[in-house]
Amino acid sequence: MDRKNVSRIARKYNVYSGKLLGVLEDIQKEERYLSEETLKNVADVLDVPLTRVYSVATFYSFFNLVPVGKHIITVCMGTACHVKGAYRILEVLQDLLGVRPGETTKDGKFMPTTHDKKFTVSTARCFGACSMTPVVMIDGKIYGYVNAKNIPLILKEYGWGEKNEN
Amino acid sequence: MICNADEGDPGAYMNRNEMESDPHMVIEGMIIGAYAIGANEGYIYIRAEYPLAIERLDRAISDARAYGLLGNNILGTDFSFDIHIARGAGAFVCGEETALIASMEGNTGRPRKRPPFPSQKGLWGKPTNINNVETWCNVASIIKNGADWFTRIGTEKSKGTKVFSLVGKVKRTGLVEVPLGTPVKTIVYDIGGGATDNKKVKAVQTGGPSGGCIPDSLFDTQVDYEHLADAGSIMGSGGIVVMDEDTCMVDTAKYFLEFAVEESCGKCTPCREGTYQMHRILEKITEGKGTNEDIVLLEKLANIIKLTALCRLGQTAPNPVLTTLRYFKDEYLAHVEDKRCPARVCRSLINYYIDPAACRGCTICSRNCPVEAIDGKPGYIHIIDQNKCIKCGTCMEVCNFSAIVKLSGESIDTPFAPIPINKGR
Repeated sequence: MDRKNVSRIARKYNVYSGKLLGVLEDIQKEERYLSEETLKNVADVLDVPLTRVYSVATFYSFFNLVPVGKHIITVCMGTACHVKGAYRILEVLQDLLGVRPGETTKDGKFMPTTHDKKFTVSTARCFGACSMTPVVMIDGKIYGYVNAKNIPLILKEYGWGEKNEN
Repeated sequence: MICNADEGDPGAYMNRNEMESDPHMVIEGMIIGAYAIGANEGYIYIRAEYPLAIERLDRAISDARAYGLLGNNILGTDFSFDIHIARGAGAFVCGEETALIASMEGNTGRPRKRPPFPSQKGLWGKPTNINNVETWCNVASIIKNGADWFTRIGTEKSKGTKVFSLVGKVKRTGLVEVPLGTPVKTIVYDIGGGATDNKKVKAVQTGGPSGGCIPDSLFDTQVDYEHLADAGSIMGSGGIVVMDEDTCMVDTAKYFLEFAVEESCGKCTPCREGTYQMHRILEKITEGKGTNEDIVLLEKLANIIKLTALCRLGQTAPNPVLTTLRYFKDEYLAHVEDKRCPARVCRSLINYYIDPAACRGCTICSRNCPVEAIDGKPGYIHIIDQNKCIKCGTCMEVCNFSAIVKLSGESIDTPFAPIPINKGR
């Protein structure tokens, strides 16, 4: 994101508390990840050292420093999901999408993306939807009571198994 | 003044519900609190995983401003107070007050030593009052109904009610509000309806990664601050995760330690290195490679970390291990001495077999096996090659005749090669 747009977002924050994280989150909402250029511009516009912006971006699990696929699938690994077999859900997803288990991206985070750039798989610690475990979230939409049998049906809603458009 | 809405405890979602269904309840409590202590600036630090709660709080704050309940000269008085939202970004440790403040100041969320406490030196070095969402939610009704009304509910030392998130392997999951002092069994059986699928409830886990497991033999324990502490657990934010006979307590301890390793901010050595080593030992045990010495070392490490870590995240991280060692030592010993996982969870210690008496030779298991470990053809009893099996459980999920059995430390007689099914049986 260029300086102009970073400034546009930064202007929405009239207090300093929570500003840096807020700005980074808003940018990620628009661009889906934070590029090196973006981090430099944020440091510039907010007048904070680049090292601080970088340390914040890597410390918090919410930020992606590498491009992500069209759809982001997040598997909840909270306690309630864990006892209901969240690990198996993650495994089924990795199997269906053909991403390697335990694969981490350059920024050291667990976010493998499929070769066709359609899906990125990630994990989270609890969405607070613990009454319908196990839970996965796709592009912000929550799916409860998932299992090995209904996951393929859910993925089809997002074009899984279809030939690539291009 | 800060409202801590960084509900990071996995398995607990009381705050999310409070903010999504009645955000004004939080705001009203904060306004009263600010008036009482003379604060002019208020913040709600909320986790990014709750987009709907952020949206509704944002709306409620704007509405409150429009009604003149927030902003300058509230209701024509000389009292001014406004609330801003600060978002977290997925770091459990930010629920710790000094880490939360560091995060709001635009830093990595790492705790610092207390004292000075936030009430002495908090946000931007100024005295800061910080309370949880549920605390603020209680304020308005206490002011309205009086302190006597509130203190009549609960026990001698733990007053009022508490909302719990009752989840896991229980029939009726959801949020429940009960007077403090309610026994565990009332919550699990009377309200929750007991375990699902006619299983037996084995334990409840309270307090998240900082809490502990309470076995069913102690279900008369009253849920309040003192009695949970006596049992080795904590109330924490109010998560109650029910575990049944299919939950492995060693695996549960490993799960929480993995959580601690990932969420440790890395500032102090006991937490950063200690939890890592504890997790390694637990991995070794769940893989069937553990020894009795490992259990001793695990307990020793746990006690050292408890005494020496910088913040509550580190100090309480060993709790899941200490309580499972206290109440479920037999499960640890089964893993170590018998190389057996009684709950049949730990993959290195289980085997899948096809029951020859139940198999109908339909081939669905062999067609779905990701590693082609199942031998058979239509009308023949299928057999799992134990050397090839990766124990993913796919066969069990797809079998329509419940012919797949999962065992640990035992085996059943199966033919050496697929044989025709005896149609006459």
